Amino acid sequence: MTTYAMVIDTRTCIGCGDCVVACKNENKVPAGLNRDWVVEATRGEYPNLETEFRSERCNHCGHATCVTNCPTGASHYWKDTNIVLVAAEKCTGCKACIAACPYDARLLMHPEGYVDKCTFCHHRVEQGLDPACVSSCPTHCMHFGNLDNPDSVVNRLLRERRHKVLMPETGNQPNVYYLI
Amino acid sequence: MNRREFLKISAALGAGYAMPALLGGCAPRPLPGTGAVTASPTVCNMCFWQCAGTLYQEDGQPWKVVGNPDDPHCEGRLCTRGTAGIGAYSDPDRLRQPLLRVSEGGEQRFEPVSWDAAFDFIAEKMNAIGEHHGKDRIALFSHGGGGKHFRRMLQAFGSHAYAHPSFAQCRGPRETAFGLTYGEGVGSPDRTDMGNSRCIVLIGSHLGENLHNSQVQTLIQGLNNGATLITVDPRFSVAASKSKHWLPIKPGTDIALLLAWMNVLINEGLYDRDYVARYCNGFDQLAAHVQPYNPEWAYLETGLEPARIRETARIMATAAPATLVHPGRHVTWYGDDTQRSRAVAILNALLGSWGRPGGFYRQEKVALPEFPVPQPPPPKEDWKAVVQGDFPLVSTGISNKLVEHSVGPDAYIKGWFVYATNLPMTLPGANEQIKSAAESLDLMVVVDTMPAEITGYADVVLPECTYLERYDDLRNAPERTPTLALRMPAFAPSHETKPAWWMAKGIAERLGLGEYFPWQDYTEVLDWQLKQVGSSLAEMQQIGVKRSPRKTPVYFAGDQPAEFNTPSGKIELYSTLLADVGQDPLPRYTPPERPPAGFYHLNYGRAPAHTFGRTINNPQLFELMPENTVWVHPSAAARLRVASGDYVALENPDGLRSNRIRVRVTQRIRPDSVFLVHGFGHSDERQRLARGVGADDAALMHNVRIDPIMGGTGMRASFVTLVKREVS
Amino acid sequence: MIEEVLATARYNAKIDPQLGIWTWEIAFYLFLGGMAAGIMLFSAWAVLGRRQDELPFAHNRFALWAPIVLSLGMTTLFLDLEYKIHVYRFYTSFQPTSPMSWGAWVLVLIYPLMIVQTLSTLRAGYTMLADLLEKLPGGAALLDLCEANRRLIAWLVIPLAVGLGIYTGVLLSAFSARPFWNSGILGPLFLVSGMSTAAVLPLLISARGPEQRFFERSDLGLILIEITLIGLLLISLATGAEQHLQALGLITGGQYTVPFWLWFVMPGLLIPLVLEIAALRGIRVAGLAAAVLVIFGGFILRYLMVEIGQVSTWTEYALQFDPQLLERLTQ
Repeated sequence: MTTYAMVIDTRTCIGCGDCVVACKNENKVPAGLNRDWVVEATRGEYPNLETEFRSERCNHCGHATCVTNCPTGASHYWKDTNIVLVAAEKCTGCKACIAACPYDARLLMHPEGYVDKCTFCHHRVEQGLDPACVSSCPTHCMHFGNLDNPDSVVNRLLRERRHKVLMPETGNQPNVYYLI
Repeated sequence: MNRREFLKISAALGAGYAMPALLGGCAPRPLPGTGAVTASPTVCNMCFWQCAGTLYQEDGQPWKVVGNPDDPHCEGRLCTRGTAGIGAYSDPDRLRQPLLRVSEGGEQRFEPVSWDAAFDFIAEKMNAIGEHHGKDRIALFSHGGGGKHFRRMLQAFGSHAYAHPSFAQCRGPRETAFGLTYGEGVGSPDRTDMGNSRCIVLIGSHLGENLHNSQVQTLIQGLNNGATLITVDPRFSVAASKSKHWLPIKPGTDIALLLAWMNVLINEGLYDRDYVARYCNGFDQLAAHVQPYNPEWAYLETGLEPARIRETARIMATAAPATLVHPGRHVTWYGDDTQRSRAVAILNALLGSWGRPGGFYRQEKVALPEFPVPQPPPPKEDWKAVVQGDFPLVSTGISNKLVEHSVGPDAYIKGWFVYATNLPMTLPGANEQIKSAAESLDLMVVVDTMPAEITGYADVVLPECTYLERYDDLRNAPERTPTLALRMPAFAPSHETKPAWWMAKGIAERLGLGEYFPWQDYTEVLDWQLKQVGSSLAEMQQIGVKRSPRKTPVYFAGDQPAEFNTPSGKIELYSTLLADVGQDPLPRYTPPERPPAGFYHLNYGRAPAHTFGRTINNPQLFELMPENTVWVHPSAAARLRVASGDYVALENPDGLRSNRIRVRVTQRIRPDSVFLVHGFGHSDERQRLARGVGADDAALMHNVRIDPIMGGTGMRASFVTLVKREVS
Repeated sequence: MIEEVLATARYNAKIDPQLGIWTWEIAFYLFLGGMAAGIMLFSAWAVLGRRQDELPFAHNRFALWAPIVLSLGMTTLFLDLEYKIHVYRFYTSFQPTSPMSWGAWVLVLIYPLMIVQTLSTLRAGYTMLADLLEKLPGGAALLDLCEANRRLIAWLVIPLAVGLGIYTGVLLSAFSARPFWNSGILGPLFLVSGMSTAAVLPLLISARGPEQRFFERSDLGLILIEITLIGLLLISLATGAEQHLQALGLITGGQYTVPFWLWFVMPGLLIPLVLEIAALRGIRVAGLAAAVLVIFGGFILRYLMVEIGQVSTWTEYALQFDPQLLERLTQ
């Protein structure tokens, strides 16, 4: 199984939202729906402050509860990777996967009604390209790659820098890492 | 009678925004990129950085726009606004046809007319002005590349008065100040070498929210290379959050800090003696001048502790000459802005960063010849002497002075061409004046892509097509690497919209001045120019961007002498030109006014999602950030009894109130200040997303301070309070 | 002091600002599913205990209600699907890790079992229907077969009906992402609640005398067990991790405090408890009132559980902008 991970450097993320617009363009996401978003977290009291920006999306978890809970197999792992996709032709819109996601990363496609979410741009990954969000980031703070390859940029960054994931205690094994 | 009522372009002139109705069939949407994909080069026009990119279409529909990897302006990555460029093209509220103001039974409205009718009207009015007042009485306000065509047409006619609001409302003080000091301005793209800096000082610059592409990229590169970032800002900006030192300075006291830094560098002997000796004039006067301005004195003015002022000065000196004190971009703040920019320029000279790696590099553009056209006749009179004679050091137009001289029946200016700039929101506190000007002018032509507020005052509105629908001049900006970039249309112009060059040529021909536009289509000009430099239109249509090798060194070369375009031929720490016109030759600090009780400093700025007012209605960017919020410190919020999510109106000391704006209570702002993003509060009904959303800061500016050296409008000296709204 | 906000607007329909993907349709399905399970169990109990004299309604007529009630529930379940045209996909694969998939396939077993359970006492309970069925070819043989195997059917019903009742709870409790649901108690709780709502149906229909007293006593017991299980649920949340404590906070001071205690616990559990005791002392109208309140309580329990569980979350996103503005995009 190939494990794809995204590594985002919060020190150089400026929270500009370019990744959000790029995703919408590339994947033709309808108006009013978002596969990714940016969170701004400020800690402290004036004037001793810290602000962190995080570009968030589906974490393509190693133990994805959305995949285990789907009754039809629509929510599945793509080929032999950790990229979680929704096969729209199998989706009944029962929304079990939406309830099962601790990161609230899924959405209902409008107007059809099947479930949709970030796909790590698997159609680009297949061609050896990075996801659209990673390719658009003007500060180059987003990285993507194969965790099984020890020389990949994602592995190098995780070795060299302190990092975190969102809520590891969910047990879902998220694969979007934030360098801190 | 109000001859020129503010007209709202009626909704009848546009169709609805149709959502494609998809039947919930079994077939899911196809994966992107699996259809027929075509690509064409373009140069983004969502802001003034003008990054080169590629527009992709799939199956005849716009798909995405992505940066060109060869372009030094963007290094292959467009910013948030650039990525949303398709939204500007597909915005259903765009202007579609030429509109003519007509009077019918005492009421005024806009009537769609043909281009011929519009041109006839304009030519007739221009000729009338020429007859009754003189051919040199029409002024051009322009913010964008297309303005050049209108300028040529007007100059051919005989009118030379023009202004780019980006001077008096934005960069003017620093271009003037750096020009006085170094003999040349900072330019655009700003010639900062942050990728190689060891220390970067941002004073009132919020790079990161101001999203000038390669500025932000090189700032981040500098940080990745270990540069120390020092940010001076009353707000904990994005840049401040990445800084080693955030100095939450009291608004209006920046010059005090800059003088104190100079004091420390000089008195502790930390300045670059060699550089100063070799390149600078006036050091002794400067050293004497800054003696009283020590960090203890500065603490009382700025609220910044003396130890911190010293510490940061020493950091700057240790990293020098790879220390960049950023000149800022929009620097019209308090009215003493040229003095402040002079202080920044001087500080950089003391650190030795001008012309050195990590400081300021030397710009070069491609030697691209202009297409041969006849020279327009020289002006009969120096319009600058009439309009802005009290600003003799300024060689370009001052927009607010032009507006002043357009008001009243005896005004000097009788006609306006307004290209791509929404004056009521651009000029601070100027709504009444613009309205009065609209009443007394004989002609107002507005050219724009969107129905901005200024269009409501026009006689004629000419709809420009967006950058994705036209050819324009080659982008040839003075840069680190000389580069040419081609903008070519990806789509045919929608409805009746046209490019600026086509309009200017059409008007010129009506005026019998066709010889000044001796080409039929602008592609002739582009192809000719490109062939002069060993390329061609066909080649550029393939590659989009072409770099050329430099002919001049990018930095000062060690011991080679450098000549500066100043009276002394050296860097003028002491400015003789300023002394000659009776201004302070060394930076003077003027303590700012304090806000009245219950009022707060009105600070404004940018957000990465928007280019001031012009993108609010872009559906993709509106979706990202649909409204602005007013940032309030928790202590102020408690006093005002507001909480995050409340809606309030901003009120200035004259009692003028803004549209409703949402409150954001945050620690990220000084307790004596508020902050909001500029560009919201549109009133034009025709902008169906932007209308009535958020508050406009510009209209509230009651205390606009005019810079005595370059005439710019200082916009940060105003105050507001928050008034709770009734539920509406 | 943390200020965490969305820097870009995000307002996915039914998901922001709080999850609201399932509402009354799912609540109804769980309620009716539990009730159907209870109906099947009481019918089976009457048959296995040979109590056709003491419990004539339960023995002969109750079982027909189960498939009717369950079908009603399945209808609302179908209404909840966002992509209804694909409903057949529940039956083109089996996903062993998905409780919903288990439920879909178990229904394949439950429906026929309900039918034969009904048929096994049809002649005694609904003679007109039995006559109609006997007119069809093989109808009489079918009725004979079911009657002969009445006890076997009843034995088979018990595990499957218990499974159905517990499954309606497991369906929710299996979601680790929703802290309020994530407790093993939910399965037994929904089973007991389902049985309680089934137990009061005969009181409203036709139970008299000994049968009436049987169901009143049964319901009293079931309510007591249900109260215990609710208590255990609260204890399990109160002794859990941070997200469980936050989930508990929703009903102990948060936005669902009043609905939970005043619209469920009081009228759905405590008042019927008192009324059932009064009914057993001979006040008949108390029994009827209790029955109505128990049914109301059963539905309200599911409705509140479904809603509160969705609101309980690991992540919370604070939108900085007015979401109504985003509606301008689709006008």
